[in-house]
Amino acid sequence: MARYDRAITVFSPDGHLFQVEYALEAVRKGNAAVGVRGTDTVVLGVEKKSAAKLQDSRSVRKIVNLDNHIALACAGLKADARVLINRARIECQSHRLTVEDPVTVEYITRYIAGLQQKYTQSGGVRPFGLSTLIIGFDPYTGVPSLYQTDPSGTFSAWKANATGRNSNSIREFLEKNYKETSGQETIKLAIRALLEVVESGGKNIEVAVMTKDQGLRQLEESEIDGIVAEIEAEKAAAEAAKKGPARDA
Amino acid sequence: MKLDTTGLESALPLFGTNCQMVDGFTAAPAFDLPTTLDFDGFQKEAIQMVKPAKGTTTLAFIFKEGVMVAADSRASMGGYISSQSVKKIIEINPYMLGTMAGGAADCQFWHRNLGIKCRLHELANKRRISVTGASKLLANILYSYRGMGLSVGTMIAGWDETGPGLYYVDSEGGRLKGPRFSVGSGSPYAYGVLDSGYRYDMSIEEAAELARRAIYHATFRDGASGGVASVYHVGPNGWKKLSGDDVGELHYKYYPVTPSTVEQEMVEVSGA
Repeated sequence: MARYDRAITVFSPDGHLFQVEYALEAVRKGNAAVGVRGTDTVVLGVEKKSAAKLQDSRSVRKIVNLDNHIALACAGLKADARVLINRARIECQSHRLTVEDPVTVEYITRYIAGLQQKYTQSGGVRPFGLSTLIIGFDPYTGVPSLYQTDPSGTFSAWKANATGRNSNSIREFLEKNYKETSGQETIKLAIRALLEVVESGGKNIEVAVMTKDQGLRQLEESEIDGIVAEIEAEKAAAEAAKKGPARDA
Repeated sequence: MKLDTTGLESALPLFGTNCQMVDGFTAAPAFDLPTTLDFDGFQKEAIQMVKPAKGTTTLAFIFKEGVMVAADSRASMGGYISSQSVKKIIEINPYMLGTMAGGAADCQFWHRNLGIKCRLHELANKRRISVTGASKLLANILYSYRGMGLSVGTMIAGWDETGPGLYYVDSEGGRLKGPRFSVGSGSPYAYGVLDSGYRYDMSIEEAAELARRAIYHATFRDGASGGVASVYHVGPNGWKKLSGDDVGELHYKYYPVTPSTVEQEMVEVSGA
């Protein structure tokens, strides 16, 4: 009984919080998610495990709205995600009620991160097993942002980031190929990054685009297929260009 | 609605007793009921006693160059003038002002508390709070103390990203956005002068003079208003105190004594 009362998250002798690190392991096993920030667009892309034949794919949306101008994607335990998303949605509306202003992306990220941190310092609970990617536009200045939180409760802003399976390879790719983009270019960059670790095809990727004026737009499978085809064509052209001149010499 | 007890931790026991009363039939009352035949009438009287007397005149209005805020400086306890030099315009922060009408202690405390909340908001969100947000914070707190005898009739004036802002907030929980407000026992007189002389595109000096005159006329007719007419201006760079004139002196400035010819002078009568 005595052991049962202890907080689940305790420090190890060398200063680690093992439960938090194990939660990060759970994140690493979750499906890949990538976020890219452009000058006027922010894009989220998530790997979609092939749906079972009888499953209604529309009921498993992985990129969700927190408010009209904020969206979230995550990697890790999806059930934990539901709880966190519901609390965040309530906080968005509560903020609107008490201050008559929509939340800023930084505010809601801070709230979610704070919630995740609380569960690493409470008795009888375990940390949330997910990392989130939060995108949105500042309601007044219109500046786009991308933030990431993780089970330890830390958060920071990013130009582009990935989380979940093989996030390291995606991040390497982004570090090599990131540049300030806008509109369609941003979407392409996000999909190219995701394609590094996911089989190509519209049915394996879920992509959502947020713009200041139109809010969140989920891309149709056909649209994604189209962009993937474009990317493959560009890749093939680049390969051919590399091989071509070499043969002449 | 979730009661906002962040302002006063010590108010918690107060809420405890209140909830018991609201629960009604299940719990016994926490205090002895007064011996009276008409308890409802007694309760109404008690509420009327603490109801805001609000002996004061304050006003604020939005115009082209920002917000003009003005107030008198008299504090009265019934017929006794307890002070002629009360600061009724409270500086919440360098770009927001609040006016005081009603209970002086209530206004001062809650405005200071609002200043704390605004500063915490700035530190947490790395940007200033809007006038909308600040007035809403205050209104929510006052609403949660509704019926408990707070007496606050205040205007929150400031300049934020969206331009000049003016809100009226009171202890009944009301919150109104508007271009012109006057609060207090002298407000009808102030409104008369303010509304008839108001134009949106006035210069700062014209607007200050209008505000000063409105306060003066209110102090002239209302016994509970007097002292010094202070005028503040809130512009894009924050507030600035423009003037503080004694209303007695203002009277002679507006209505100077004209020396008139004397008909007959009094002469000494030698002892008869």
